[in-house]
Amino acid sequence: MTVTAVPGVVTRPTPRLRRLEDERWLALALLMPTAILLGLFIAYPFFEGVLLALTSQRVGVPGGFVGLQNFVKIWNDSIFRTAVWNTFWYTAVTTVFKLGLGLWLAMLLNRHFKGKALVRAFILLPFIIPTVLSTFAWKWMFDPTFSVINWALFHMGFITQRINWLGDPDLAMTSIIVVNIWRGVPFFAISLLAGLQTISPELNEAAAIDGARPWNRFWYVTWPLLLPVTMVVMLFSVIQTFADFQLVYVMTGGGPANATQLFATYAYQLGIGTGLLSEGAAISLAMFPFLFLIVVVQLLYIRRVETR
Amino acid sequence: MAEVIVRKLNKMFDTNHVVKDVDLHIRDKEFVVFVGPSGCGKTTTLRMIAGLEAVTSGDILIGNTVVNEVPPMDRDIAMVFQNYALYPHMSVASNMAFGLKMRKFDKAEIQKRIKRAAEILDIGQLLNRKPRQLSGGQRQRVALGRAIVRDPKVFLFDEPLSNLDAKLRVQMRVELKKLHERLAVTSIYVTHDQVEAMTLGDRVVVMKDGVVQQVGEPLELYNTPANRFVAGFIGSPAMNFADVTLSGGNGRLWAEAPGLKIGVPEPIAARVNGHAGSKATLGIRPEDLRVAGPADPAELCFEVEVEVIEQLGSEILLDTRAGTSTFVASVDPTLRTRVHERLKLAINPDRLHLFDAQTEAAI
Repeated sequence: MTVTAVPGVVTRPTPRLRRLEDERWLALALLMPTAILLGLFIAYPFFEGVLLALTSQRVGVPGGFVGLQNFVKIWNDSIFRTAVWNTFWYTAVTTVFKLGLGLWLAMLLNRHFKGKALVRAFILLPFIIPTVLSTFAWKWMFDPTFSVINWALFHMGFITQRINWLGDPDLAMTSIIVVNIWRGVPFFAISLLAGLQTISPELNEAAAIDGARPWNRFWYVTWPLLLPVTMVVMLFSVIQTFADFQLVYVMTGGGPANATQLFATYAYQLGIGTGLLSEGAAISLAMFPFLFLIVVVQLLYIRRVETR
Repeated sequence: MAEVIVRKLNKMFDTNHVVKDVDLHIRDKEFVVFVGPSGCGKTTTLRMIAGLEAVTSGDILIGNTVVNEVPPMDRDIAMVFQNYALYPHMSVASNMAFGLKMRKFDKAEIQKRIKRAAEILDIGQLLNRKPRQLSGGQRQRVALGRAIVRDPKVFLFDEPLSNLDAKLRVQMRVELKKLHERLAVTSIYVTHDQVEAMTLGDRVVVMKDGVVQQVGEPLELYNTPANRFVAGFIGSPAMNFADVTLSGGNGRLWAEAPGLKIGVPEPIAARVNGHAGSKATLGIRPEDLRVAGPADPAELCFEVEVEVIEQLGSEILLDTRAGTSTFVASVDPTLRTRVHERLKLAINPDRLHLFDAQTEAAI
């Protein structure tokens, strides 16, 4: 069969564009922007970091390949061990409180009351304000001399002496935990509220008629149905908190005496602060297996919950 | 087993008065259906009886106890919801067991009751499935099962069949009727479907705009509707209405409209006497109209033009016009006629209805 082209009627796309009619090429073309962005800003720095961690590079000193020496070194570093412990403690305590308070707020906001939309918007404020700004405000509130918290406690008669919030090792950790909870609760509250709103009110009514008291309605009906959302929210929060930097850096810089040193702050302090680039990279990388493990466990659990 | 009494029940949502002075006496073991168009207050009334809505004023009594302030769980009722409201994360068996578990029944008793309910509803093979693995009809059965195992004083049904397809709905309707005969528990059933109301109810409560229009046995509503609304709502196809003027002449009462003059039969005329000269609404059901024969007296006949012919097999529905009024007539399926043909229709004089033009109440 011969095909005679009718001149000037239809201009076929050029061969290069026609390639996109093949799904494989189209898929590749659509994936490209994301792949380039992720490659440039995530994969490349990650591999550079891995390479850096295997050298003895310092600021101004190119250094050479030293294998796993940096990892051995930080393993024997007592400050590193403190940072690991601190990071776990910080993540665990804040997550428990953020979940508890967030859930409580979400349940309250799920009720009908006047000005509900306004309250919901206000709840988000701590989450919207740039962390560094709000943390500076908190730093003032915890300031040994100007602390408004001390002022309030003093005037209510609870204390007679100033409390050195950020100067005492235990109190400093408690302080950054409080600020992290304050900043993280809105995310939990709003996400869990979205989850609660997908649960039909009829289910609660059916349970009420079935004889379930409020606590049982929560425990047997609401909580199991909210669990998938809760697990995803926790996953995000744990990853973020585990790698938290800004908040601690502004509040305490890891002090006093490394009492609030976390993975990220210690990596920064060692890598940028003292110029031991390769050791800083090694600490950053050391976070990876821990996070990986946490994420895998959570993802497996989420899958189990969702296929129930 | 219990009767349910509702006295002067009112419900306001802010300034919206949705249930107005409802008075009802539902007898023990009776199956009562609330029927009416959307927004007539039937579901709100049911939810107040269930304890899911607070009562604005009035009293609700279940088994001689005022339950206004009693929480739903302590009213000893079971409810079947429109969307079934099955707990999605629990198996069918757990769904049915939940109410008993909450009431601290022992395990053997729970198993026994689930088994019995599963047998009654024929869902024994579904007990280990999750609600999402069930069809609509099966979910409906499980929702019923959850109510049955509780063995409550009163069953409440909130449009339970409205999510099923037409065929399944008819089937479940029959099963609900059998179930009620078997269990003999006081039941209150809400629907907007008048066929469901007529077939299921021992008595039917017709509501409109929060007000009870009429309470009665199905045939009572059909034969002697209290007002124009009930007359139009009950029965399918709906009753024909024509705006007429009542006038006396030649020793009898006539209902007249353009293209229509019908002699009002004696028993009704006696009641209408005071209304002569006034406006009224004439009502006649399609099944009470027939093609006139030679024996039909002229004052009960009127001429119409056929506009639409609907062949249903067992009957023919003729959409006809007489002057400004339209009439649907259900006629013999053997009738041969054509659109635009002129016919004479005769009415069954015993089944003529007249309603006051202002109050719409039956005369």
